[in-house]
Amino acid sequence: MSLQRLWTRGAIYLVLIAFSAFYLMPFYVMIITGLKPYVDVNVTRMWELPKGFYLGSFLEAWYKVAPNFANSMLITIPAALISSFIGSINGYIFAKWRFRGADTIFMLFLVGMFLPYQGILIPLVQTLQALKLYGTIMGLILVHCIFGIPITALLFRSYFAGVPNELLDAAKMDGCGFFGIYRWILLPISMPAFAVVLLWQFTSIWNDYLIGLVVLSSPRLAPINVAVQNIAGSYTTEWNVQMAAALIAALPTIFVYLALGKLFMRGLLAGSLKG
Amino acid sequence: MASVTFDHVYKRFGDVIAVNDLNIQVADKEFLVFVGPSGCGKTTSLRLLAGLEEISDGNIMIGDRVVNDVPPKDRDIAMVFQSYALYPHMSVYDNMAFGLKLRKTPKADIDRRVKEAADILDIGHLLDRKPKQLSGCQRQRVAVGRAIVREPAVFLFDEPLSNLDAKLRVQTRAQLTRLHQRLATTFIYVTHDQVEAMTMASRIAVMKDGLLQQIDSPKQLYDHPRNVFVAGFIGSPSMNFFDATLVENNGKLEVNTGGFRLEVPEEKAKDWRPFKGREVIFGIRPDDIHAKSYVAPGILQADLSARVDVVELMGNEIFLYLMSKDDKQFVARVDPRVTANIGEQVDLAVNMANAHIFDPKTEISLVD
Repeated sequence: MSLQRLWTRGAIYLVLIAFSAFYLMPFYVMIITGLKPYVDVNVTRMWELPKGFYLGSFLEAWYKVAPNFANSMLITIPAALISSFIGSINGYIFAKWRFRGADTIFMLFLVGMFLPYQGILIPLVQTLQALKLYGTIMGLILVHCIFGIPITALLFRSYFAGVPNELLDAAKMDGCGFFGIYRWILLPISMPAFAVVLLWQFTSIWNDYLIGLVVLSSPRLAPINVAVQNIAGSYTTEWNVQMAAALIAALPTIFVYLALGKLFMRGLLAGSLKG
Repeated sequence: MASVTFDHVYKRFGDVIAVNDLNIQVADKEFLVFVGPSGCGKTTSLRLLAGLEEISDGNIMIGDRVVNDVPPKDRDIAMVFQSYALYPHMSVYDNMAFGLKLRKTPKADIDRRVKEAADILDIGHLLDRKPKQLSGCQRQRVAVGRAIVREPAVFLFDEPLSNLDAKLRVQTRAQLTRLHQRLATTFIYVTHDQVEAMTMASRIAVMKDGLLQQIDSPKQLYDHPRNVFVAGFIGSPSMNFFDATLVENNGKLEVNTGGFRLEVPEEKAKDWRPFKGREVIFGIRPDDIHAKSYVAPGILQADLSARVDVVELMGNEIFLYLMSKDDKQFVARVDPRVTANIGEQVDLAVNMANAHIFDPKTEISLVD
């Protein structure tokens, strides 16, 4: 490697490291604050490393939010799976079964993405009450599935649009119908798209605060983000517990990124075309 | 094994007529090639037969059965696609077995058929691989194999060689011809490459703008093109065309293009004399213009002289790009021993036995 190259490389890494450090700063504060006992937490020493390895805040936080953590799992996993599945069917139809008015309907789908949630809270609650689903986890799952329709349809539609039509023609010749093509051909080759959509849906449903707060008003059923917020007292906040709880709330999304991230890279479609 | 009939078939996409009144009878075991420039309706015709497009009007029959409303899977046909369209997530074996599995064919039967097809195509060692682990040529064979295992009455091919490089294409061409003989089944093949059409077909259907121009054996098509389009499309380099008049001079019939005059030998003149005095399109293939010094035997010779514009040495032949006196370019394919320099006049001998005249308005051949 020439000296010139070494310099450029070094400069690039320096910039990257600087940006990463800046980005990770809040995370750092969260972790170290979470590892401190309450007495050591104050603004003047917030950047200092903890004196020992104190797990008390995490235990306390876990004790407080564990039921809500479970609630969030119960909400997020089914909602992410169901909405991804619905999205893949929608995407399949919009990409490969063009019908009259498909573009208009798809546009209407996309409009749903730009709806501000605050604006529809009241009708949302009324609808759920009418369906006798208000205040239930089922109700919240339903809401997340419906709110997921636009983005999941969009993502799957673009993925399926890239699948050559000849592949579908071949499947038709082999004897597949509308569902056969989906079941035997498109579903198996759309795992990378599923990874992306699942990741997206999991993260946004898990991170949701507003809808969870409104639909599940009972603290017993509330999702984790609502519980984390509730830890903060009216007069004092135990920052160490608060940070530990926030970290616990962030763990599943981090884990899902690490688990599904690899699937992004895989070009499962390679080889269906001429190459 | 079955015949195929297109009976007044139309396909319209909105205002566009992709296939216009197509009438073709394909005999059992025939190798029919649809050829034409892109957008001529050849692929659409094949897709109509496959059932991947619905016909707008007319009837398509496979054997004695009208299949207009029969879904693709029940038409007893198999198709090889241009991109091969192999299922990327399935092994070669599963790709070939998929159609049979959907038909609930017994496992042992599937196994036997896949192995047989793999034997024929020499892909037995690839059965466990995924398509992306195969070369283009291997993928092409798997695509053919997928069609073979179905044991269809008719094989459809949609430009199956266009993704192979030139050398492989020539080899695969021969393999397909052999396969056709071995399977003794009706083959219907679409290509834009007239060489593929000429080398493999028992009959060629030339299409343009959705209209069938001519359907005939390769030789008949080459020797007796029905119109200017077919004459120009079949054969490479293309036939030379000149606007000309047939005139009588001292009792001899002549073709006068303005740039040169060619005497029509008496054998030919008796067919052409009825058009004396008329304007015609005169067509002559490059192969039928010889250098005077190396004239092929048995031709009806007419003399011509022209200026050399470009010389292309091909090794086994030379393409001379020539200029007539009125600056009209035409091509001659001459003996490689000819020495011709750019700008020189060369003496040529035109084989009038293979000359064609077409009506300038309808562009249809005046003599069959």
